[in-house]
Amino acid sequence: MDAQQLTYLFVFLSFSLYIGIAIWSRAGSTKEFYVAGGGVHPIANGMATAADWMSAASFISMAGIIAFMGYDGAVYLMGWTGGYVILALLLAPYLRKFGEFTVPDFIGSRYYSTAARVVAVICLILISFTYVAGQMRGVGIVFSQFLNIPIFWGVIVGMAVVFMYAVLGGMKGITYTQVAQYCVLIFAYLVPAIFISMLITGIPIPQIGLGAEVADGSGLSVLQKLDNTLVELGFAPYTEGMKSKVDVFAITMALMIGTAGLPHVIVRFFTVPKVSDARKSAGYALLFIALLYTTAPAVGAFARLNFVDTVHNTQYTEVAGWFKSWEDIGLIGWQDKNNDGRIQYHPGAAFDGKPSFDDTRRIDGSRTVINSPTASSNEVYVDRDIMVLANPEIARLPAWVIALVAAGSLAAALSTAAGLLLVISTSISHDLLKQTMAKGLSDRQELFYARVAAVTAILIAGYLGIDPPGFVAQVVAFAFGLAAASLFPAILLGIFDRRMNKEGAISGMLVGLIFCFSYIVFFKFVAPDLNSADHWWFGISPEGIGSLGALLNFSVAFTVSRLTPDVPEDVLRLVDNIRIPKGVSDPKSH
Amino acid sequence: MDKQAYWKANIRLMLVLLAIWFTVSFGFGILLVEQLNEIAFFGFKFGFWWAQQGSIYVFIGLIFFYTYKMKKIDRQFGVSDDDEDDA
Repeated sequence: MDAQQLTYLFVFLSFSLYIGIAIWSRAGSTKEFYVAGGGVHPIANGMATAADWMSAASFISMAGIIAFMGYDGAVYLMGWTGGYVILALLLAPYLRKFGEFTVPDFIGSRYYSTAARVVAVICLILISFTYVAGQMRGVGIVFSQFLNIPIFWGVIVGMAVVFMYAVLGGMKGITYTQVAQYCVLIFAYLVPAIFISMLITGIPIPQIGLGAEVADGSGLSVLQKLDNTLVELGFAPYTEGMKSKVDVFAITMALMIGTAGLPHVIVRFFTVPKVSDARKSAGYALLFIALLYTTAPAVGAFARLNFVDTVHNTQYTEVAGWFKSWEDIGLIGWQDKNNDGRIQYHPGAAFDGKPSFDDTRRIDGSRTVINSPTASSNEVYVDRDIMVLANPEIARLPAWVIALVAAGSLAAALSTAAGLLLVISTSISHDLLKQTMAKGLSDRQELFYARVAAVTAILIAGYLGIDPPGFVAQVVAFAFGLAAASLFPAILLGIFDRRMNKEGAISGMLVGLIFCFSYIVFFKFVAPDLNSADHWWFGISPEGIGSLGALLNFSVAFTVSRLTPDVPEDVLRLVDNIRIPKGVSDPKSH
Repeated sequence: MDKQAYWKANIRLMLVLLAIWFTVSFGFGILLVEQLNEIAFFGFKFGFWWAQQGSIYVFIGLIFFYTYKMKKIDRQFGVSDDDEDDA
């Protein structure tokens, strides 16, 4: 069987597994639909959280981004793991003790206000839709590259599968499919990483291989060789950053508290039986996530090394097949500026923007790039997202490994998409309808509306995946920035500041939200040409602005709350109650 | 059961762990990275290792230690949520 047939087989088998689980774990009540009945084992919940969290971005893009950013890639590594420490120490146990279904539930009850609940719902929907569009796009890319299916049909298949388990199974279906998806995706990530680490250093553990000597007799370690090679080509050394210290600091902080404020992650901690399980579960989640996150920097470094080795100064006619197949779908572009028939790889963009091609081929078979060339001596455009997907081919691994990577990336994208779609539909059926607009809904009716909302959300997500507005890639910063600046401070203050009242929390959320929103929109859309360190406030890029937004939120909330009426007695009792693990209740049935 | 003492013990533990969290990531991985990079550590520059590997291992340790320690504190103050085994 060739790679494509194997990929079909692997994808078919994994999808059957997910659908089988969906049918087995069909939800019968809102409690099962929203929080899986509240009886998920902490280890299972840890795996589900890990799959929920690790999206197409973690699986497909992250190692590629690290490969090209070097040290600066640490903002993602630390930012997206350090958030779990905050989650475990500051949020998860208390939210579990609170024992309701959603994040807006907590904000609405703690701040005794429907307005606060609605603001939270708006934040949640903004954050989650931004995120989900990227997942569906990831599904489309995998289908088109590995199975030769147009992106449109790829997204349709993805939507159908998510429909099966998210709409039928709700949180219960999602939880157990995510456990299976975690196993698929971590296996698919580690196998090629281990192979490549063996090939380059002879050591099968990538985390150690990253620091080991390259097995080419040079006596240099992987990172030394990478530093030397890149400096020779005119790049900055791999182990030193390009970003300013203040920006690295701000981005890491924004990603950490943004992670802790993401509703689809938080809600996973509502599904375990006890407060102590919520703490434990966060530990397992991070352990499972770290398996991938500590492997990614090794994959990134190996990929960059392999890439330079195979591509730089190679005759186009001699270059490996993966280079040509990614060129065919436009994610690699080569412009032979000095007409020597060889590919030169140097810093800087090879030409303006993403490559566009005409229909002709040059004599050696390469595609003709029609963008206007830059002054740089670099001749190659390479999309960062292909590094993980192309890695097995670059390292000439067997066809089944390539098929495995395809199935793994689908697992990563689908598991995250399902988790996001669930929080979107829950916030609509539960927070907007049941708690705000139509209080008389029965459990059955609410469940029905939850399913309707899930279907609608899937359709919108699918549309965004097939026909992504140009700005989707640009607004990933939104999700984290908004979560960091709006939801996270409101939840944290709700637990740790007894005197925080609704006036403080609402004004804090609004100030944080509007500040971040305006800052990102200004630099990404209104004046993209000003988007550089000279114009940023305090040298903080739009990616890191969430940390400043959170600070603003905290100060505004604190000041306003001390100037406005006190918190009512029953809310004080609620705060005292969530601070104590004893007497945890099942999530309430409404 | 003394709720205030329980809460104080919880906050104290939390602050200590958060201080470690901050030191390994923002301290070793970002603020002090150049100084630490002078030190070699199993083929890594030490600061680079903290930023891309070490901090993550410490994070995991922190959460499990918190879980373990909190369980003890919960029991000590009689506010634990479990009545039987499940350690």
